[in-house]
Amino acid sequence: MGAFDSLWLIPILPLIGATVNGVFGKRLPKNVIGTLAAGSVGLSFLISLRAFVAMLALPQTGLPILRDYFTWIQAGTFQAQFGLMLDQLSGLMILIVTGVGFLIHIYSIGYMSHEEGFYRYFSYLNLFVFFMLTLVLANNYLLMFVGWEGVGLCSYLLIGFWFSKKSAADAGKKAFVVNRVGDFGFILAIMLIYRTFERVDFQSVFSRVEDVSLFPVEPLGTVGVLTTICLLLFVGAAGKSAQFPLYVWLPDAMEGPTPVSALIHAATMVTAGVYMVARSAALYNHAPGALFVVAVVGVFTAIYAASIGLVQTDIKKVLAYSTVSQLGYMFLGCGAGVYAAGVFHLMTHAFFKALLFLGAGSVIHGMGGIQDIRQMGGLRRHMPWTYRTFLVGTLAIAGIPGLAGFFSKDAVLEAAWSHAAYGKLLWAVGVIAAGFTSFYMFRLLILTFYGAPRYSEHDVHHVHESPSSMVVPLIILAIFSIVAGYIDIPHFLTPASLETEREAVSSSTGILLTAASTTVALLGFALAYLFYVARPGLPDRLAARAHAMYSILVNKYYVDELYDAIIVWPIVQTSRELLWKVVDTLMIDGAVNAVGRLVRGSASGLKHMQSGYVRTYAGWILFGGVLVVAWFLR
Amino acid sequence: MIQILFFFFAAIAVGAALNVLVQKHVLYSALSLILMLTAVSVLFILLQADFLAVINVIVYAGAIMVLFVFVIMLLNLPEDEDGADRLRWLKFIGIPLGLFFLVLVVTTLWNLEANPGTQPQLVGSPAAIGQSLFTDFVLPFEVTSLLILIALMGAVVFAKRDL
Amino acid sequence: MIPIGWYLILSAILFLIGVLGFFIKRNIIALLLSVEIMLNAVNLTFVAFSLQHGKISGQIFVFFVLVVAAAEAAVGLALVIAMFRNRESLNVDRSNLLKW
Repeated sequence: MGAFDSLWLIPILPLIGATVNGVFGKRLPKNVIGTLAAGSVGLSFLISLRAFVAMLALPQTGLPILRDYFTWIQAGTFQAQFGLMLDQLSGLMILIVTGVGFLIHIYSIGYMSHEEGFYRYFSYLNLFVFFMLTLVLANNYLLMFVGWEGVGLCSYLLIGFWFSKKSAADAGKKAFVVNRVGDFGFILAIMLIYRTFERVDFQSVFSRVEDVSLFPVEPLGTVGVLTTICLLLFVGAAGKSAQFPLYVWLPDAMEGPTPVSALIHAATMVTAGVYMVARSAALYNHAPGALFVVAVVGVFTAIYAASIGLVQTDIKKVLAYSTVSQLGYMFLGCGAGVYAAGVFHLMTHAFFKALLFLGAGSVIHGMGGIQDIRQMGGLRRHMPWTYRTFLVGTLAIAGIPGLAGFFSKDAVLEAAWSHAAYGKLLWAVGVIAAGFTSFYMFRLLILTFYGAPRYSEHDVHHVHESPSSMVVPLIILAIFSIVAGYIDIPHFLTPASLETEREAVSSSTGILLTAASTTVALLGFALAYLFYVARPGLPDRLAARAHAMYSILVNKYYVDELYDAIIVWPIVQTSRELLWKVVDTLMIDGAVNAVGRLVRGSASGLKHMQSGYVRTYAGWILFGGVLVVAWFLR
Repeated sequence: MIQILFFFFAAIAVGAALNVLVQKHVLYSALSLILMLTAVSVLFILLQADFLAVINVIVYAGAIMVLFVFVIMLLNLPEDEDGADRLRWLKFIGIPLGLFFLVLVVTTLWNLEANPGTQPQLVGSPAAIGQSLFTDFVLPFEVTSLLILIALMGAVVFAKRDL
Repeated sequence: MIPIGWYLILSAILFLIGVLGFFIKRNIIALLLSVEIMLNAVNLTFVAFSLQHGKISGQIFVFFVLVVAAAEAAVGLALVIAMFRNRESLNVDRSNLLKW
């Protein structure tokens, strides 16, 4: 059992790295910082791998592996342990987090080498890995929430890494505030879970939910209370995983360094919501209404974000909207009741989206900071390895057969198809979103790497391939983006995620569905080829023709403006006009000043008692003395 | 007989005390105070405090008042206090307040019984005082010496032109 | 015998005269003399109660009051000299700088 006794080392090692880098980083040379940061995560990865392999050898009855380290909170009957839990789901997650995290750490050493806050960056990044591992390994909702908040904090810190830039600081703030909304839902869900089941650890909650007699259902009814819990959990998940309508922070989060976007805002943190829904499968299975909401929100987000991605011109923004869209896919899979499909897509997405982001980072690095794809083009010749890996990533996300994305997306769409009530509709929307995805990804690829250079040699000196510390992670991720699809994750995960009983899609229907989605993916590619290679003038003409549609997309459906108008503006105005000018200035300051004036006023009168004349003092003494005597002789 | 003596010397004490206030020149006030102290000393004898009566005359009327007179003569003060009293209004508050106080006390004490039957024969002889002073009150007595030492140093510090 | 009340009334009268000195006189030495009157009035009370209760401690207190009076006179007169040296006057109303 040695492999599991060192479970606590997995999250602790990055924490040590974060502490050492954070405290002593200023005095350490950069190669030591980088080695320490990447090394701690790498070591964590090896321990995870060992635990994972050991877990595979165990029979199903031996799972999950639980380790309670100490009682974290004990208050009355309320108890929360600091305990870790390893099963197929969390085992897969820790491999993704530490594995992809390790590669991105390596990449960051090259990418961030010229940065001022090198040690700060790695300290945050290690801290993030610690919190993310706490999140996925926690054996109860409360500890999960600690990790949940911790990754939010690290996300905030890293988005605002270049905090002297106003847009970056604002983006960090926006991410933090929007996440608050979701986190509030999560807190309420935990409270309701405790109130209902009197426990917060997964084992007890999931076993009690199976027996209705074990928990009180007043006043909502059994289904009502479970649906409420699940919807509140999903509010949290939607905030963290950038689902409609709480997705607005993720595109802005691209202000952070690109490896951060790859690790936090593509591969790991944003998938925490998917993980949480999959983890809570036992609850969701008893709340079909909530599950349907998850599916609908997921599929809507998928097509919505993909449509915005069609017209974005910033290389990272395209990928950001793509991430939102793909997260929608994962929720679609979960919402259809096939949590394994969602988690499968989570895993493949972690590889190819991290690859795409790191590739984009490599491009930005080589272009000297330019992010606008309209100013790129022809980079294929200058950055061969970046191009090759990016091509793999694009093929993978577009769902071209043979690569990872094809399998996972297929699994999600099949799950959607088999949904009892609205399966065909969910599937249809999902397929259209897949077409969008294919289109904008090939558009991105073509505009960036093909055609004639659109940048002036004067502005961009010497476009160059990135150093090997950046290219090697790209290649490794590219390999995984191909082979990850061949791992039968759905089957592997099934025992842990408690599948709902459903009719399996017959093999002939399955082939048809696959063919349909593949066709759509190829159609997307064909359109992109038509638009940007065969007839380059077509996009502009189309934009001019359908101007209203185009401007809505370019302005992202005006959602930011809408939020500004209905949420931000009223709050700011209320704060300024009422809270500041009335409550603070008039009432609070007024009260304070009034006390001051009262004291000063009364003192300016009373000070004349202190006349300086000894004899008046004698008079006062006599007055007081007579009063005392009169009191005693009364 | 004793009553006559009491009233006689009480009258002298009150009269002398009033004279302290009435006199324009402080020297006469000081001399009048000596008379008052002497009268009070006689009252001490009536109260069988023989030793204190003697001490009162020697230390108070003798030493302390001589010090006063010495300072008054040293400074060679002008007779009158200069200018109009800016705090004249104080009298109109202080005197009624004082009289009120007196009325309070007198009305309370007027009916107080002498309690003659139990009045013990207590003679404040030097022996009795010394006995008490060096047994029960030995610590305050010793502290007193410290007080006088400090007063001595204080007097030197204040009066000396420059240290 | 003389009732103790009489002594106390006499004491109160003398004390009052001492107090009134503060409202009538302005010369600082006169004020010090007034203090002496008040101290003596209190001494008289102590001695009267000493006899009344048959306890010697009242007289011991007079003894201590005497010591304090001596110390007060010494320091007070030193202050008077210092004050006269600075202001050429013993009028306490002229020394009113220590105020608001």
